[in-house]
Amino acid sequence: MADKVLMKGNEAIGEAAIHAGCQCFFGYPITPQTEVAAYMSRRMPKVGRVFLQAESEVAAINMVYGAAGAGVRVMTSSSSPGISLKAEGISYIAGAELPCVIINIVRGGPGLGGIQPAQSDYFQATKGGGHGDYRLVVFAPASVQEMVDLVQDAFDVADKYRNPVMVMGDGMLGQMMEPVEFKERPKKELPEKTWAANGLKGREKHNVINSLFLKPEELEAHNNKLQEKYREIEKNEVRYELYNCDEEMDLVIVSYGTLSRICKNAIKMLKKEGINVGLIRPITLWPYPVEAFDKVIDKTKNGFISVEMSCGQMLEDVQLAVNGRKPVHFYGRSGGMVPTPAEIANKIKGIVGGAK
Amino acid sequence: MANQEIIFAGFGGQGILSMGKFLAYAGLEENLNVSWFPSYGPEMRGGTSNCSVILSDEPVGSPLVVDATTVVVMNRPSLDKFESHVVKGGLLIIDSDLVNREPERTDIEIIKIPAQKIAEEVGSKKIANMVLLGALVEKTKIVKMESLLKALKEHGKEQFYELNKKALERGAEFAR
Repeated sequence: MADKVLMKGNEAIGEAAIHAGCQCFFGYPITPQTEVAAYMSRRMPKVGRVFLQAESEVAAINMVYGAAGAGVRVMTSSSSPGISLKAEGISYIAGAELPCVIINIVRGGPGLGGIQPAQSDYFQATKGGGHGDYRLVVFAPASVQEMVDLVQDAFDVADKYRNPVMVMGDGMLGQMMEPVEFKERPKKELPEKTWAANGLKGREKHNVINSLFLKPEELEAHNNKLQEKYREIEKNEVRYELYNCDEEMDLVIVSYGTLSRICKNAIKMLKKEGINVGLIRPITLWPYPVEAFDKVIDKTKNGFISVEMSCGQMLEDVQLAVNGRKPVHFYGRSGGMVPTPAEIANKIKGIVGGAK
Repeated sequence: MANQEIIFAGFGGQGILSMGKFLAYAGLEENLNVSWFPSYGPEMRGGTSNCSVILSDEPVGSPLVVDATTVVVMNRPSLDKFESHVVKGGLLIIDSDLVNREPERTDIEIIKIPAQKIAEEVGSKKIANMVLLGALVEKTKIVKMESLLKALKEHGKEQFYELNKKALERGAEFAR
C-alpha cells in the first residue's frame, strides 16, 4: 500500500482536480468545505495554475463561466448556502453549454442552517437550483477514494457533453481522512474545444459564448438540443452499486454517499438476526439509476426504503423508479443529525416484522 | 480480525485530533483500512474536541464511531459524554490528572493514567496525549509500536520526535 496517502476529503478534491488538469480554481470560504480552497491556494501556484479567492460566491461562479468559455478546465467549490448563490451562474453555464466542475460539500439547511453533514441539497442538485430546463450531472461519492476518482471523471464527463458536473458529498466526506491513491488514468478521447472563445486561432469569425436567445423559435430549438443531450447522458452515464442484492431480500435500502456506508453497517447487523437486506447505492444522482431497481424488484419481499439525511427528497425518485410495483418506505434525519446503524436497523425491523 | 473503533475526546489544544491522526497513519502503515473523522463544530482552543478513528481488516463502514471499542478521554465533559459509548467489554482510558470523577461503568476495562504528571516528567505537559496513545497501543495491540513511531517520524514535527517517543513508551509501560 506504499502509494496510498492519508488525506482529508476536501484536500483530496483539490489534488484530484490538479491531477485532472484543472487550470483555474475560483472559490469562496464556507464551512465545511473551506479546506478545498485552502489546499488549492497552496498547490495551484506551485504547479503554475490559477487560484483566486473571489469576493463572493456569485463572483466565483462567474469567473468559472469565463474560464470555461475560454476552454480551460475549471472548478469551484462551496457548501449549501454558497451553492444557492451560485445557482444563477450555474444556469447560465448550463445554458451556454460550458464544461466545469462544481463541488458541493453539503451542510444542513434551509437558510444558513447549520454546519453539520446533510444531504438536503438533493432537489437543488438534481432538479434545478437555477432557472430553466437544464440538468447537471451529479456524482455522489461514498469514500475519499471514490471522491478522488469521481472528481477526475467529472472533468471528462463535463468536457464530453459540454455540461457542468456537480460532485456532491456531505460534510463528513469533506472532513474525514482516508487512504487514497492517485491511480494512473488512461487518457480519454475527448472532442476538441473548437467552440472556445480563446481568440480567432485562424477562424474567420470569433466564437461567441452566450445563453441569450431572444427569438422563441431559436430558444426552443436550443432547448430541444439540450434535451437531446440529456437523453444521451441518461443512456451513457448512469452509475450505481448493488450491495448484498444477489439473493431474496426482505427489503432493499436506497441510500447514497457516506450514509450508504452507515446503511451497510446496518445491513451487517440485521444479517446476524436473520434479516436479509440489500442496498442500491446511486453513484449518479442524475441521471438516476432507474435500471438498478428493475434488477432487484422481483427479489424484495417488502419493497424499498429510502434512507436519507434529508426529509424525503430522494424518496420521490425512488417512488418514480419503483412506479407502484412495490411498497416504498422512508427513513430520514435532518439538520446535521447522522443516523446510527442501530437506528436504521430498528426502522427496518419495524417494516419487515422483526427477527424471523 | 483486527477492528478497533476509537473515540478520542478532550479540550481543543490537547492534541486530540493529532493523536487520532498518528494512529490512523500507523494503521495505514500496516495496510489496515483506516478512517479519521473530526468533530468540526464551532470549536476552538479551550472548547471540546473529539475524533473518531477506525482501524480494520474490513472496509470501513460508518466513519462516525458510536459504539466504541476504546474511548480515550482527557477531560470531565468528555467522560460524561462518551462513557456510555464504550461497548461492553471495551476499554476506557482516562487522564486521571484532568478527570475529577470516577467512571460509573463496571462492564468495561478502565485504565486511569496520570498522564499530565508522566508527561511533565518526560519533559512537557503538552505530550500527555502521547502518554495516553502509548497506553492504548500497548493494551489493544491494534498496531505495532514501530509503526506508530514511523508515523510520528514521517508526519510529526521532527524536534518533538524524541520527546513524543519517550511519552509513548512511558504510556505503554504504565499499561503493561
